[in-house]
Amino acid sequence: MFLDFDSERPIYLQIAEAIEDNIIRGIFEEESQVISTTEISVKYKINPATAGKGVKLLVDEGILYKKRGVGMFVCAGAKKTILKKRRENFCQGFILPLIDEASKLGITKEEIIDMIEGSFKNEYH
Amino acid sequence: MNIIEIKGITKYYGDVKALDNVTFTMEMGKIYGLLGRNGAGKTTLLNLITNRIFPTEGEISIDGGSVYENDKMLRNIFYMTEKNLYPGDEKLKNIFKWTRQFYPSFDIDYAKGLAEKFGLNINKKVKDLSTGYTSIFKAVAALASNTGIIIFDEPILGLDANHRDMLYKEMLANYNHNPRTVIISTHLIEEVAQVLEEVVIIKEGKLVLKQSVEDLLSGAYCVTGEASKVDRYIEDRKHVGDEKIGNIKTVIVLEDIRNKDKVLAGELELELSGVQLQKLFIALTN
Repeated sequence: MFLDFDSERPIYLQIAEAIEDNIIRGIFEEESQVISTTEISVKYKINPATAGKGVKLLVDEGILYKKRGVGMFVCAGAKKTILKKRRENFCQGFILPLIDEASKLGITKEEIIDMIEGSFKNEYH
Repeated sequence: MNIIEIKGITKYYGDVKALDNVTFTMEMGKIYGLLGRNGAGKTTLLNLITNRIFPTEGEISIDGGSVYENDKMLRNIFYMTEKNLYPGDEKLKNIFKWTRQFYPSFDIDYAKGLAEKFGLNINKKVKDLSTGYTSIFKAVAALASNTGIIIFDEPILGLDANHRDMLYKEMLANYNHNPRTVIISTHLIEEVAQVLEEVVIIKEGKLVLKQSVEDLLSGAYCVTGEASKVDRYIEDRKHVGDEKIGNIKTVIVLEDIRNKDKVLAGELELELSGVQLQKLFIALTN
């Protein structure tokens, strides 16, 4: 779990995303316990209210749930929920900024497509 | 409850006005940062809250009761002062015992455990401690006080990076275990920024702002680019902290980051980025 304190992104959102990343990667499995607000607070030296806000966001989205007196757990189906949400955001979050930067640099649509195809070949062959 | 109310506080030292009509409230169970430049009046304010000095005007109350010579209330506030006020010839373990006399909630076992973690030898005398270990000793006493309000004035003076890291973690572990009102006055803002829930900034004896760290940081952003274009962007926007290197200018715009004009910034080829608490603090107190 990496938190970037210099980033413009609020820390509680970064916490929520980092937990989501770990769920997608299978590090936090469904129906298993995740790091507690106290652990996040002490380990990363952040105010517990901030840590709690990140965790609450995931509770509200049906990704985490609280077992009274035990701690926070990953909901069944959480991975699917996260993937759906992230895929919906993929264009907005990654493709549009890519096109923005490319047009700033004068890179054409064809060149972008060539680069993407080239990168896929390098990665997988 | 431990709600601290500071009402119209003015403090003169002779002809010098150290605090000028300061009014704000601190709620229970939050970690506050008291920030200000040297001589801004931070320690004066802390001395007033703990009834060590008296205001020229105004009143400070906790849960509605005045702090003025109110022993019962003062036993619930532990104040780690920046200056060392402990007798040099006394052994640390004896001071722990004394502290318990004044603060019945003081937890000696916890204090000893913390001392061991930090490598602090409690058989030593106060005068034999280095600057760093004097800070550690005072901070350990504060953490173990177990009072409803704990005040730290420059708690990390002389501490190396490892000990600072440990101290912040112990402070948070202690607070997580037993939420209380904590006030941290410090110069090292960047390190402590994420530990704080709210900040109180004072400048030349006056209150500049009291706000949650999150609101403060989401209420400002940096704009960088060619000077004339930055000037166009900030024409109708409140801004502080202008910096210029060659023809490149950076300013801090004081508006909600959600209201930033990405389209205009794109047209003007400006970079928009977040602002750090320390940078904002410098701009607001310069």
